[in-house]
Amino acid sequence: MIIRDRAIRYGNNVDTDVIIPARYLNTTKEDELAAHCFEDLDEDFKDKVKTSKIIVAGDNFGCGSSREHAPLSIKASGVKLIIAKTFARIFFRNAINIGLPVIPSIEAADNIREGDTLEIDMDKGIIRDLDTGRDFKINPVPPFIQEIISSGGYINYTKQSLEKGGSSKSG
Amino acid sequence: MAQKILAYHCGRDYLNPGELVKADVDIVLGNDITMPLAIEEFKKTGVERVFDREKVVIVPDHFTPNKDIKSAEQCKYIRNFAGEQSIKYYFEIGSMGIEHALLPEQGLVVPGDLIIGADSHTCTYGALGAASTGVGSTDVAVAMATGTAWFMVPESLKFVYKGKLNKWVTGKDLILYTIGQIGVDGALYMSMEFSGQAISSLSMDSRFTMCNMAIEAGGKFGIIEFDEKTGKYLEGRNKRPYRIFNADADAKYFKKYEIDCSSVELQVSMPHLPSNARNAKDCSDITIDQVVIGSCTNGRMEDLEIAAQILKGRKTDSRIRTIIFPATQKIYLEAMEKGYLKTFVESGCVVSTPTCGPCLGGHMGILAEGERAVATTNRNFVGRMGHPKSEVYLSGPAVAAASAIAGRIALPEEV
Repeated sequence: MIIRDRAIRYGNNVDTDVIIPARYLNTTKEDELAAHCFEDLDEDFKDKVKTSKIIVAGDNFGCGSSREHAPLSIKASGVKLIIAKTFARIFFRNAINIGLPVIPSIEAADNIREGDTLEIDMDKGIIRDLDTGRDFKINPVPPFIQEIISSGGYINYTKQSLEKGGSSKSG
Repeated sequence: MAQKILAYHCGRDYLNPGELVKADVDIVLGNDITMPLAIEEFKKTGVERVFDREKVVIVPDHFTPNKDIKSAEQCKYIRNFAGEQSIKYYFEIGSMGIEHALLPEQGLVVPGDLIIGADSHTCTYGALGAASTGVGSTDVAVAMATGTAWFMVPESLKFVYKGKLNKWVTGKDLILYTIGQIGVDGALYMSMEFSGQAISSLSMDSRFTMCNMAIEAGGKFGIIEFDEKTGKYLEGRNKRPYRIFNADADAKYFKKYEIDCSSVELQVSMPHLPSNARNAKDCSDITIDQVVIGSCTNGRMEDLEIAAQILKGRKTDSRIRTIIFPATQKIYLEAMEKGYLKTFVESGCVVSTPTCGPCLGGHMGILAEGERAVATTNRNFVGRMGHPKSEVYLSGPAVAAASAIAGRIALPEEV
């Protein structure tokens, strides 16, 4: 899979309260969540995301609450991928579980600029910054996580393995 | 310790950090915010019944008593699901308490358990010697269907707290101080083991507070070894038999920290990160508008007792709104019997039914633009308690109560 789009940059410790404030958590509807995504962090996000669908951030992206509404609101806003130096763990697993690609890469996060056009080859494991010509390697994903991603999320993965009659255990 | 609990739950003798495993879980928890999404996802799996009606726990505690029509609809949805699935531990208003105070109180979580909850503060139960962590709604959906969840085996950090605690200092001050030392990602993906003489002397309430905030350092688990106090707490309470796991003498740690408690004073974490910890005495010029005492972090008996001790016979500053939230009905009743609620009302506070309400800016104490609150809650992110230009200062109950009287951040000695 190849993803090609422009980058929006954010800093360190982007928390789930600024991704989707709790006052909007009285719904599970994706379009309503998307309407308030990043509202308390960046008023211009809604405009930016029309032309830039890759988020590049610093350390500990998604820290705070376990609300899956956070990656859902980002995904429903049209964001195709998040690159960060590091991810908070619950956000990381939630993103994987709902099929939103997340890539931890210190080098990429340090060097990609706001507005740069990026091309990410998920199969080859390469992030290419088409504006600077720099390549960044993506660390390989463990096979189990890869299976979840290629199934289109954890629910589909579970459904398929239950249909196969596979044991629910053994990692 | 957490590695051993994980290994037991996936039928292995030993696990290495970094391994990915699927393991059987003992309790799966959700609330009125995360459960609606989990139920929608559960239905997509095609599984009709939850794996065990006694192991799925549902607590509508965040936007309850229902704050608006949409919240009421969400609660109705999870209530109906609980009915259809004959969920044994669904807690309706009247028996409901804040989930992370309620589950231990009801004996639903026990030592040696592997627990997941769609709430980040699920790590609280580590205070009982359990491996317990927050996950998202999809994880809860799959766990409801299969009884399992996937885990990456974490590295462990050991924190040894030496010496005696200073006056008024509680678990909250120790954990704010610790997060101040290591940062909000200082324990990212790791298990935080709290140990040492000061932890042994800590009440169970304070231990819950410490483990509760492991997530604020990025931790997967916050865990304390079972001891006599844990055993006593569980007496007549635990609904299931338990299993004790202790850290091996030669256990490997990613890093060890030693904290000399004699140098830990009352703490305040400044906006907008829990890691911005300072000595409360250095924050005395900060005026405030609201004080919140409660939450899954500090709404237990010990917290109310400290607040009552400081507020008794005194008046809160007339400009300050002080809102006190006992975390469960049982705590509410006990605080009433001990006269604490009377003390609070007489001193100018309001006492609320249990709810997560203001902690996450839901309801029952939202801040306007430019307002400041001292809160015994767990997060002070931008907009956490209301307007994006409001501010939350985190503290323990002693500083919160003293600040309510002084109208600014204050120490108990000052009022």
